[in-house]
Amino acid sequence: MATFDLNDDSVVVIIGTGAGGGVLANELAQKGIKVVALEAGGRYLPADFVNDEWDSFAQLAWLDTRTTSGDWRIAKDFSGLPAWIVKAVGGTTTHWAGASIRFQDHEWKALSTYGAVDGANLLDWPIDGAEMAPWYDKAEAKLGVTRTGDRPGLPGSNNYKVFEKGAEALGYKDVHTGRMAINSVEADGRMACHQTGFCFQGCKWGAKWSAAYTDIPAGEATGNLEVRDRSHVARILHDDAGKVTGVEYFDAQGILQMQKARIVAVAGNSIESPCLLLNSASSLFPDGLANSSGMVGKNYMRHTTGSVYAIFDKPVRMWRGTTMAGIVQDESRHDPSRGFVGGYELETLSLGLPFMAAFLNPGGWGRGFTTALDHYENMAGLWIVGEDMPQLGNGVTLSDAKDQHGLPVANVHFDEHPNDIAMRNNAYKQGIAMYEAVGATRAFPTPPYPSTHNLGTNRMSERPEDGVVNKWGQSHDIANLFVSDGSQFTTGAAENPTLTIVALAIRQADHIAGEMSRGTI
Amino acid sequence: MKVEETGLTRRALLGRAVAAGAMAVTGAGFIAAPDAARAMEVSVVSPAQMATLMQMARDVYPHDQVPDRFYAVSVKGYDAEDKKTLIDTGIADLDAAARAQGHADYLSIGWEEDRVKVLQAVEQSVFFQTIRAGLVTGLYNQKDIWPIFGYEGESFSQGGYIDHGFDDIDWL
Repeated sequence: MATFDLNDDSVVVIIGTGAGGGVLANELAQKGIKVVALEAGGRYLPADFVNDEWDSFAQLAWLDTRTTSGDWRIAKDFSGLPAWIVKAVGGTTTHWAGASIRFQDHEWKALSTYGAVDGANLLDWPIDGAEMAPWYDKAEAKLGVTRTGDRPGLPGSNNYKVFEKGAEALGYKDVHTGRMAINSVEADGRMACHQTGFCFQGCKWGAKWSAAYTDIPAGEATGNLEVRDRSHVARILHDDAGKVTGVEYFDAQGILQMQKARIVAVAGNSIESPCLLLNSASSLFPDGLANSSGMVGKNYMRHTTGSVYAIFDKPVRMWRGTTMAGIVQDESRHDPSRGFVGGYELETLSLGLPFMAAFLNPGGWGRGFTTALDHYENMAGLWIVGEDMPQLGNGVTLSDAKDQHGLPVANVHFDEHPNDIAMRNNAYKQGIAMYEAVGATRAFPTPPYPSTHNLGTNRMSERPEDGVVNKWGQSHDIANLFVSDGSQFTTGAAENPTLTIVALAIRQADHIAGEMSRGTI
Repeated sequence: MKVEETGLTRRALLGRAVAAGAMAVTGAGFIAAPDAARAMEVSVVSPAQMATLMQMARDVYPHDQVPDRFYAVSVKGYDAEDKKTLIDTGIADLDAAARAQGHADYLSIGWEEDRVKVLQAVEQSVFFQTIRAGLVTGLYNQKDIWPIFGYEGESFSQGGYIDHGFDDIDWL
């Protein structure tokens, strides 16, 4: 395993080791490029994961201070927890459910396709489906996505079977057990899925792809990647010419260190990445790094989500098997006749009893609430994930609150757009109809959980005035500063974002290597 | 003093139900006792206050099939010096709300729906919200309670659910 000197200014420093940073780190290392990856969290492997919801949450979740504002219900029910993401080597790829679906072609061009939407700050991506197709191929191969290539699908669980029968009753056609980054057969030196549940808590078999035990060790094995865990970046430094030169970070002992760099790539997820750029403000860049457009931290998206749980007169036992066990894709189309632009996916979901108590109806109490839990064994569930509208007023700003290192923390502001609400209500109606078609006796339109899909706060744009990074994720303002996570999303599309983050990271690695060899950065 | 010995539990008040034995409170609050037992050693809060908290826990998250001992565990942590002010003022306010609705105090109200009306009157208070939020983990995260709801928890130790019924639904 490599170690690099703090004064080695030839390295690429990557901040964050999840779907974006972890993949970028390995891809660059495979090309012979020296990388120092700084990860705020600790290192946990499958043997360390805990199949207990709250214990795992304490182990993996990002629990550093954050604040919230806006009309979203999260600001009331989980005011200090806007997002349910991971602080660990591998980032949220330990927690994700594994759903790996490509953007639809029209979703790269939201403004052109939907037209201007009042109150929304829509923009077309500077790339499209044709450009991304070969990178998606590589991402699907890396993640071992089922139902792509020659990889078979996963078998259907109890929760899926209820969901599938309801979907068919409503006439849905595009219904299957998902394209999942979970091995349906042994592959890549990792086991096949044992239907253990607890996908959100880290897969103890390693059957689900996570950067923590694939790309990270593969990169380290090249001798070109050093991962420093428990290293919390405080700010990115630059010279008088406006080029970034390194980063300051608090190491595992809480001591401030400085690592020099040739290139810096930010991949701390859509809350921490803009927060870091804003905290890196200087006399040359008083509004924060890479922020000449004023778009750093703006246009925060979290997907239009929500869940439907339903009770039947017989047992379902939805917790047995993969957490996300199947999908209905029929509603992901753009069809304004439904009363909103964009579309949504319906994906099965289950929570254990402890998390069901916390999330079914946060703040709820009394028999209306407890009689639902009384029938937990007879419950089936699904999750809604749809495209939400980027809005200029939604986003990350620096809060008055400080973290354990004395750094200003992120405040996450979110007001729902009428399009988001219309879409969610339509999805609730369809989800409830699916379950009623199978005989549900009671259904629950459950509000969104703290955000797992955090997007858009350093968005990609053709023109420098519209966004933070160009089509390579490279800052419009600073050539050797990159953004490598979901914060570069111009719009959110209806799909779970990880596959696209991975595809963009593979593509970005190719670009960075090319520019380095040409000597342009 | 034990809650039950004082005869202050609602159950005792409503007919002097026979308690089946004392609970042994050990360590961080695990209580081993027969289901019927409602006795609990208290040191900071009064037995009446603990009885009120236990009744409140059951009224906030009522599960008729869940024995008292789980509710006892879920509020045991409030018998602590650093919680005393919260509990003293909170229960005083709760009893005041009960009196405002024509009752002697919260514990003496016979019907759950009447107690719920009193709880609704204090629902926005820090006291109520602290107790309610604490119960979400304090009650439902007790592993011994899960089988009552049919929840099986982890399956890694038995090789996953792949050979243990992940797709065994037979009524569709």
